[in-house]
Amino acid sequence: MLSFAAGLVTLALILVELNQERSLSLRILYLGLAYLGLFACAHLAVRRWAPYADPVILPCVALLNGLGLVVIHRIDLAMEGTVFPDGSTWDPMAFKQVIWTAIGLLLFAATLKFLTDHRTLARFGYTFGLAGLVALMLPGVLPGFIAPEINGAKIWLRIGPLSIQPGEFAKILLMVFFAAFLVSKRDLFTVAGRRFLGMDLPRARDLGPLFAAWGVTVAVMVLQKDLGSSLLFFGIVLVLLYVATERAAWVVLGLGLFSGGAIVAWKLFGHVQQRVANWQDPISRYELVGGGYQISQSLFGLATGGIGGAGLGAGRPEMIPEANTDFITAVIGEELGFIGFAALLLVYMIFALRGLRSAIAVRDSFGKLLGGGLAFAVCFQVFIVVGGVTKLIPMTGITAPFLSKGGSSLLANYVLVALLLRISAAARAPQRAPKPKPQQPAIADQHTVMVERPK
Amino acid sequence: MNTPLRRVGMAMMVMVLLLLGNATWVQVINADEWRKNAYNRRVLLDEYARKRGLITVADGTVIADVKETTDRLRYLRTYNAGPVYAPVTGYLSVTYGTSGMERAENDLLNGSDDRLFARRVSALITGRDPVGGNVQLTLNTKVQQTAYDQLTAKGFTGSVVAIKPDTGEILAMASTPSYDPNLLASHDVNAQAAAWKQFTAKDANDPLVNRATQALYPAGSTLKVVVAAAALADGKNKDSQYTAKGSITLPGSNTPLPNFNGTPCGPGETVSMETALAKSCNTAFGEMAGQVGANKLRRQAEKFGFNDPDLEVPLVVETSTLGPIPDEAALYQTGIGQRDVQITPLENAVVAATIANGGKRMQPYLVSKILGPDLKSIDDTEPDEVDTAMSTANAAALRDMMIQSEINTGGEGRLQNVQVASKTGTAEHGTDVTKNNPHAWYIGFAPAQKPEIAIAVIVEDGGDRGLGATGGKVAAPVGRAVMNAYLAGR
Repeated sequence: MLSFAAGLVTLALILVELNQERSLSLRILYLGLAYLGLFACAHLAVRRWAPYADPVILPCVALLNGLGLVVIHRIDLAMEGTVFPDGSTWDPMAFKQVIWTAIGLLLFAATLKFLTDHRTLARFGYTFGLAGLVALMLPGVLPGFIAPEINGAKIWLRIGPLSIQPGEFAKILLMVFFAAFLVSKRDLFTVAGRRFLGMDLPRARDLGPLFAAWGVTVAVMVLQKDLGSSLLFFGIVLVLLYVATERAAWVVLGLGLFSGGAIVAWKLFGHVQQRVANWQDPISRYELVGGGYQISQSLFGLATGGIGGAGLGAGRPEMIPEANTDFITAVIGEELGFIGFAALLLVYMIFALRGLRSAIAVRDSFGKLLGGGLAFAVCFQVFIVVGGVTKLIPMTGITAPFLSKGGSSLLANYVLVALLLRISAAARAPQRAPKPKPQQPAIADQHTVMVERPK
Repeated sequence: MNTPLRRVGMAMMVMVLLLLGNATWVQVINADEWRKNAYNRRVLLDEYARKRGLITVADGTVIADVKETTDRLRYLRTYNAGPVYAPVTGYLSVTYGTSGMERAENDLLNGSDDRLFARRVSALITGRDPVGGNVQLTLNTKVQQTAYDQLTAKGFTGSVVAIKPDTGEILAMASTPSYDPNLLASHDVNAQAAAWKQFTAKDANDPLVNRATQALYPAGSTLKVVVAAAALADGKNKDSQYTAKGSITLPGSNTPLPNFNGTPCGPGETVSMETALAKSCNTAFGEMAGQVGANKLRRQAEKFGFNDPDLEVPLVVETSTLGPIPDEAALYQTGIGQRDVQITPLENAVVAATIANGGKRMQPYLVSKILGPDLKSIDDTEPDEVDTAMSTANAAALRDMMIQSEINTGGEGRLQNVQVASKTGTAEHGTDVTKNNPHAWYIGFAPAQKPEIAIAVIVEDGGDRGLGATGGKVAAPVGRAVMNAYLAGR
C-alpha cells in the first residue's frame, strides 16, 4: 500500500515536470526513491514500535503528504522567476517542505518509540493543558517584532529565520488535556441539572470548562484574527465533551454559544464581515482590496478543472493567491478535477474513520476520547478549509492537513498520526492472556489419604 | 462512550458528503457559470496557448500568422502588413481581448468551433493539441494596399470599402489612422500596455476603430442616389423636372435650403433629375424627397440595406439609418443626406454595388472560405442575393445619371478608357458648419456598363483641403485610384 502511494506520487511528479518543463530528468527518480525511502523508514518504525497499529493510516498520510509536496513543487515551477512588487523574488518551497517532512517523520518515529502507552499522557494532562494554552495565546499577546501579523492573522512566532505556528501544536496539547480532564472528572459532568425541552441540562457550575473553551476561542478570534483555528478548537472541545458525557445538551449549548459569539464578532470586527461578504458574493467584490479575488480564483480554477481536471501541471492554479497553503486543495481540484478532488476527500475520510475506529476499539476511556478527538480534528479541519475553498462556508484561513506548505502544521500533524497509531496499536493488540492458574497436580500424583470409615 | 463516537463518525461522514456535494455543484453542475465568468482568464489563456488558425487573403497571402515561442503562451500571433489589414484582422491581446476577425471568427481560429468537432475528437484521442481552423478572406491584396496607401499618403482620416458588385465579396476595407496589431499581440505585458495607451490616447484619433463598419457619418449628397432610386420607383424618370432655384425655404419654417454656394441648378425654372444629380442640386433633391414622401424613401433605403441591425460581415456593422424624419422640413434635409441620416462607409459601398449589380443587393462578406487545420475547405461562402432594391431598368437609368455625375465631377486621377459611374458628397457635420470642415464622400463603380468593383470612400474633416473640401476634390481621387488598381490588375 505504501509503495502504491509512492508510485502514485512519483507519477504525479512526472506529470508535473512534463507539463511544466516539457523535459524529464533523472532527478525525478531520485526524488521518488527518496520519498519511498523516507516512508519505508516510517513504516519500519511503526512495525518496530507499534506492530499492531492500523495498516491503512500511514499510507493515507504518505499519499497526502506526497501529493502536497508535488503540488508545492508545481507551484514553485509556475512561480519561478516571479518578481513581486516589493522587489523580492519567489522563494522555492518544495525543498524546505521535504526537509520538514523528514523532520516530521523523525518526530513521528520518536513519538512512537518513547510513548509506549498512550495512557502515560493522561498523567501529564494539566501540564499539557497549560503548555497548550500558552502556545495558543502567545502570538496573540506578544509584540509585533516577534509575532508579526502576516496576511491579517497574528498566529506566527518568528525566531531567527524560522517562523512557527504554535497554534498547531496547541491543538494537540489541549486535546490531550481535555481528554485527561474529562476522563478524571467524567462523573461530574453527567450529573443532571434541570430538564429543559426534553434535554438534561448540565448543572451551571459544570459549565466552567465549556465557558473557558468559549472564552479562549473568542480571544483567539479577537487577538489573532484567526477564525479557522478558533472554529476548529471550539469544535474539538464540543466533540470531546459530547463523547465524554454522551449528552447532546452540550452540543446544543455549545453551538448556541458559538453562534452567539460568531454573530457578535461579525457585528464588531471588520475582518469577519469581510470574510462573510466575500463568501456571499465573491464576484461583486472581485476588485476590492481584501475582496473576493482569492475565492473567485479558487472557484474559477475548480470549475475550469471540471470533472476530469486540467491535468497535473497543465492548469493555472498559480493564479490563486496562497495556492500552496490554504488553497492547496483548490489546486488539486483544478488539475485533477472533481474525480481527483473527491478521491482526496475520500482519502481524508478513510484516514479519519480508521482513526475513529481505533478509538472505538481501544479499551480505556482516555484512549477513546483522545483518539476520537484526534480523528475528528483532522476531519473537521479538512471541512473548514475545503468548505472555505469551495465556498460552502466563509473562508477562514487554515491549513489542509499534510498537504499545505508549512513546517508547524506538518510536524504537529505527524505527532497526531503517531498518537493515533499508538492508540490503534493498543486497540488491536491481542488481549494479554490471563495469568495461568496454578495447575492442579494430576490425580495420580496426589497423596493417598486414609479415609476413616464411619462407624 | 462508543455510541457518541459512532455518532461523531456519522457527523464526519456527513461533513465529507457535504464537501463532495458542494464540489459537485461547483465543478460539475454549476461549473459553466464560473468557467464563463468574465473575470476567469483561465479559459482565455488556454485558448491562447493553442495553435491559432491563420488568416489569409484571397490570393493566399497570410496576413495573420502564428509563431511558436518558448514562453508559457506558446504561440505568438504575428500580423504581416499589420496596419494595412488591422481594421479587418483586428488584434489578439492577452490583456485587452480581441477585435475584428480575431473576435468574429474566434471559435474557429482557436479550434473550438463545432465545424472542427471531428478534428477535435481525433486530436483528443491521438493526444495532440487541438489546432485552430484557418480563415480565408475575400480581400484583394492590391486593392487593399492601394486603399491604405491612398488614405495615408496625405494623412487622411477616413475609410475605403470596395465590393465586387455581383457577389458581395469585400475586396478592400481600409480605415485610417490604423495601428500595428503586432504590438497588442506581444507576449510582453508592458509592451502591450504601452501600445494600448498609445492607441487609446486622446490625440491618437481612435486607430482601433474600424471606421468602415463602426463609424456612422452623415451621408451628404451620396444619399441622392437613394432618393433618385425612390423617385424612379415612384414612376419618375431621368427627365422629370424639379426646381432649379439656388435656394428654397424649407416647408413650415424659415430655414433656407441652398445649393452649394447658392448657385442655381440651371438657366431655367426647372431642371431634369439627370442634371440635378450630375450637379448635385440640393433644392431639386429636397423637393424630390418631399414628393416621394418619408415612407417610400425609407422603404427604398431599407432595400439598399439601411436599418439592418443584424448585419455581420462577419464583423459587426453599425446600423445605418435615415433618422426619425419628424416633419416635411426634415424630409427635405434628409433628401440631401443631412439632418439625422447616418451611414457607414460599408453601407454606402453596398448602395453603389447594388446599383452596379442592376438593383440586386448582394450580402457583403469578408470570409470566402473556412479551412481546416489541414487546409482542406470546410465551408465556402456562397454569394447571397438579399433583396431587389431597384428594377433593372431603373438601375440602368440611375447608372447613366451617375455616369453624367462622374463627368461633372472634378478632381484628379480620372480613369483612362474606363467609364465610371459615381456620386460625390460633401457632408456637413457638427454644430457650426462654417467652422467644421465637411466630410468628403465618393461612391461609384466601374466599368459602368459591366461593373466589377464598387467603392465608397470617406475622408473625414475635409482631408487636406479644409473648409473648401468637396467629395470631388478630396475623396474622388482616392476612389478612382482604388478602382484603377483592381481593374488594371485584372
